Amino acid sequence: MTVATREVEKKEANLHHGVERTRAKRVYTPAVDIIEKNEEIYLLADMPGVDNESVEVTLEKDTLTIYGKVEPEIPDGLRLTESEYGVGDYQRTFTLSEEIDREKIQASVKNGVLRLTLPKAEAVKTRKIPVKAEA
Amino acid sequence: MLWTEFNNNTFVDPWREFERLNRMFSRVSSHRSCEFPAVNLWVDSDHAVVTSEIPGISPEDIEISVVGKSLTLRGTRRVEDIRDNEAYHRRERWNGQFSKTIELPFNVEAGKVNASFKKGVLYITLPRAEEEKPRKIDIKSE
Repeated sequence: MTVATREVEKKEANLHHGVERTRAKRVYTPAVDIIEKNEEIYLLADMPGVDNESVEVTLEKDTLTIYGKVEPEIPDGLRLTESEYGVGDYQRTFTLSEEIDREKIQASVKNGVLRLTLPKAEAVKTRKIPVKAEA
Repeated sequence: MLWTEFNNNTFVDPWREFERLNRMFSRVSSHRSCEFPAVNLWVDSDHAVVTSEIPGISPEDIEISVVGKSLTLRGTRRVEDIRDNEAYHRRERWNGQFSKTIELPFNVEAGKVNASFKKGVLYITLPRAEEEKPRKIDIKSE
């Protein structure tokens, strides 16, 4: 686990070798938090510029891919004099373990953050075993 | 480990590798790391536009103040509540209080600053102060 620092830098996605994109655009790797709770796993991804319509979550076998399309907003007639970040799409791929209930995965985007809820399959939920006190 | 990132490294194209190294050493086109939140500044003769990526915050939690030539952004990005039996598998998103000041190229009309926040992107329009705007000077013919 790495703890995020105050310094931020958008990292360009490491595309698969030999694969070319049809859109001539930069693609960034979104920063994510993955939190495991009792019943589910949460994935939060920073994708500024993305909303519910422009995000795509696909699951193919064990591979979960998140893709966010960004339409850059360029102020008309102004020139960029200082730039700390680039604008482009987002993509990141994860390999899911077997223990996720695939049918119940939920996704929503709020204020540029994608929130994925991945419910655990019934079999792996932690069960509490009551300990009986002997009289 | 529950999560593994998918990365196909089986075939390495030497040319691609060269490009990657080249990019690593030349800082011309790439963006260096900066303090949260990252900011872009756009300028013309009588406006400045500041855009900033601040995902995961509500617009009412962002404080914008302008004094003369400096613009300050303040706010807090909250952490997800974690209980004892819950754990982070990955933690890459920055959280906490931020305060960032940007120096603008000219004084701005503080009363006419406009800000909007959409999809985690802040967009601030700052008109240049009237008295500072470049004036066209008519030449009188005698």
